[in-house]
Amino acid sequence: MTNFLLNGAEVSVEVPDGTSLLHALRGPLGLSGPRFGCGDEKCGSCMVLVDGVPSFACTLGTEAVSGKQVTTSEGLGDMAAPHPLQAAFLAEQAGQCGWCLSGILVSASALLAANPDPSEDEIRLALDPHLCRCGSHNRIIRAVRRAAQEMRV
Amino acid sequence: MTGSDGRSAAGRGGLNQPPVTSSSGFAHTTPVDPNKPKLPGSLNVNRRLSQWLRFNADGTVEVHPGKVEIGQGILTTLGQIAADELDVDFARIRMVAASTPASPDEGVTSGSLSTQDSGSAIRHAAADARRIFLSVTSQRTGVPIESLVVRDGAFLGPQGEVGSYWQLASAELLEVDASPDARPKAIEARRQVGISTPRLDLPEKVFGVARYVHDMRLPGMLHARIIRPAARAATLMATPDAPEGVQLVRDGNFLAVLAPTEWQAEAAAARIATRAMWSVRDTLPEQAQHAEYLREAGARGERTGVLARDEAAPAVARTEKRSFFRPFLAHASIGTSCAVAQWAGDAVTIWSHTQGPYNLRADVSRTLRTTEDKVLIHHMEGAGCYGHNGADDVALEAALIARAVPGVPVRLLWSRAEELGWGPFSSAMLVDIEADVAADGTLVGWRSNIISNGHSGRPGRSPIPTLLAASQLEDAFPVVPSINPPMAGGGGAPRNGIPYYRIPKLDVQTTRLLEMPIRSSALRGLGATLNVWSIESVLDELAAAAREDPVAYRLRHLEDPRAKAVLQKAADMCGWATRTKGEGWGMGIAFARYKNTGAYAAIAAEIEAKERVYCRRLWVAGDAGEIVNPDGVVNQFEGGAIHGASVALLEQVTFDRRNITSDNWDGYRVLRFSEVPTVEVAMLNHPEAPFLGAGEASMAPTIAAIAAAIHDALGIRPHALPFTPENLA
Ligand code: FES
Ligand code: FES
Repeated sequence: MTNFLLNGAEVSVEVPDGTSLLHALRGPLGLSGPRFGCGDEKCGSCMVLVDGVPSFACTLGTEAVSGKQVTTSEGLGDMAAPHPLQAAFLAEQAGQCGWCLSGILVSASALLAANPDPSEDEIRLALDPHLCRCGSHNRIIRAVRRAAQEMRV
Repeated sequence: MTGSDGRSAAGRGGLNQPPVTSSSGFAHTTPVDPNKPKLPGSLNVNRRLSQWLRFNADGTVEVHPGKVEIGQGILTTLGQIAADELDVDFARIRMVAASTPASPDEGVTSGSLSTQDSGSAIRHAAADARRIFLSVTSQRTGVPIESLVVRDGAFLGPQGEVGSYWQLASAELLEVDASPDARPKAIEARRQVGISTPRLDLPEKVFGVARYVHDMRLPGMLHARIIRPAARAATLMATPDAPEGVQLVRDGNFLAVLAPTEWQAEAAAARIATRAMWSVRDTLPEQAQHAEYLREAGARGERTGVLARDEAAPAVARTEKRSFFRPFLAHASIGTSCAVAQWAGDAVTIWSHTQGPYNLRADVSRTLRTTEDKVLIHHMEGAGCYGHNGADDVALEAALIARAVPGVPVRLLWSRAEELGWGPFSSAMLVDIEADVAADGTLVGWRSNIISNGHSGRPGRSPIPTLLAASQLEDAFPVVPSINPPMAGGGGAPRNGIPYYRIPKLDVQTTRLLEMPIRSSALRGLGATLNVWSIESVLDELAAAAREDPVAYRLRHLEDPRAKAVLQKAADMCGWATRTKGEGWGMGIAFARYKNTGAYAAIAAEIEAKERVYCRRLWVAGDAGEIVNPDGVVNQFEGGAIHGASVALLEQVTFDRRNITSDNWDGYRVLRFSEVPTVEVAMLNHPEAPFLGAGEASMAPTIAAIAAAIHDALGIRPHALPFTPENLA
């Protein structure tokens, strides 16, 4: 049994030893934001925040987040109360298929928490663990800059 | 539109409960009566209005396209067309995802044809529906039809509202064939097309709402994984026992596991993979001699003429001969292929991110040796799709596995290694070109032979199923080498192989390989990725030899004013005429009209050559005819250009004699954020012109522009993709 805070709520989940956090999140915990892309720390589809740090849920064992705070894109905001990043991604229409977005959103939120006014190069660097095959990169960068600006005022 | 009330109905009804199967509706798969008048787009073969539109008493209107959302935003575009023609607010539109047998059969969502095929049909169907509703209202109320106006679905006469679509929703007025007499609105009267309506699907994707087929969770659902053969040519000799709680499913060389959870299925598949015994053979060519292999196999292949022209021309002063090669390319979608299947009696329902529900149905029923009415396909979205990837394969496989557990829903997900290793690839290609120039440098003759495997192995097009598992079953179907679509449909290997420039003497030929050691099918651009680059590279060389500016040289060989306009636009955008050259930097420009009949694109690229080549900036000028959603079109041109840059600089499928070896993201590199160029897009709008499509036009000329920029920076003309240090050496 592993207990942790998932998007602000206490959860406990029982999965066999070695089960990845991604499987626990998508399986018994019923989330859809974190996604499988490679299982190999190469694409960022599964990215979540563990105590605020972007982490690959595909390789992280569920037991490793015991007692920690896990944030997924669902935890950033929802349609009624979107996170500034989510609002900015919609405003910039930053995405095509959208597969990459939940991981990118959590990495971007960690970036903005640490650096409220990142340069374009800093954004690119922070998002380098993420693949986007649709070529939405420039829109995504614009959206992160827009969110940063809105969060600063 | 707002995120919540503009929500698309696509995929709804599928996530948590089995869908309601529609009892109305049917698909025209039989050829249409030639005596009937021709109707626009796919309406011609799906003539009944109720197949396309349905008004609900709650004030919403359902639009049922046969084309599917593959990340390109088509549902939003089609919804705009319907809303505009009906004069209803966009928030009332519910886009319904395609399914068999209810949806119109629009074939495959491919070839940058969805706005032409489906948009033209929906525009006409909506205009006809509006006409029918207004004339019925006029008859019932006595208000002359000329004095009725439609405002957000309400019909207003001189004295006020006299009816609405919603009031007549149950009147079955759409149970008729579309009339050829319907007249869509005049261009000036359009209100909702030509504006950048936000994407219907994006809010759910940004908030992590279950929307992809991958997110389906049905009660009692089991998870499946496949154990792939140890080589392309392999026979399964022995399998170990399945671990506790896991069921093994085997049919010939097709081997899978079924388990209650994903992690059990994955662990079991990994365990069995290391213990299963296969007898394997070497069947793949030597990668190091791949170009030579194409030439050799081409000599045994099927050579056909694409276009020959023999007009009066000035004398030939010089002939240049060049060859260009590109490797196999992978789709490399960031999500892996997935499907859910469930049997009930002798019928199977499949939820799939296929591009062509009816085509998939045809091949699944052939493989299962049943009839098409026993196979129901529901489209649900997947990760970005750029052509014929593993979506159809995984759908058949899910059905095969689910057959072992009647009544139980089964979700099958491919691994990354399967996605990059077992999906169809875009064929490697080689082209030999001879170009004749006159004494003044004018291009006067062109001969080429484009050698490649076929670029279409899509399901539903041949009596023998082409899906991966069909050839692996105990009662196996033979593997049929892929074909090329006819030139009237844009061609496959020779797509864009005919230069769009004025050339009096021309003989373009293509050679299709009749052996297919590596499975090939359609990927964004098809043969254009090689053809545009090779043509543009030769043009650049000829311009240089004639001491002419590459843009000016092209302009004097182009006749189509729209082609000239985009080329000039791209040159203006990048400051071509006043460009300066820094050490290690280069700029290049290229042009193509996709399929020679579709959208126009001219691209300028700026590159920096360091330890390898980086593309830093792209300028894209496009003309896609009438534009429904400007931002959507920009998004497509931008995405296609970045895809092109990735193909140009990094992408190649690698293999040994038995297997694809580039089956992870280290082996198959695509551009990352730090490597992606900035992209500036300008579209030249032609509201009076037909839709020309948007998804594929920018990719191939981007590759060509990068090649030209490399020459500008390094003095090297690339002759093999990708433009890596090894290939530029
Ligand atoms: S799924 Fe975790 S990095 Fe790709
Ligand atoms: S939007 Fe499709 S992968 Fe990023």
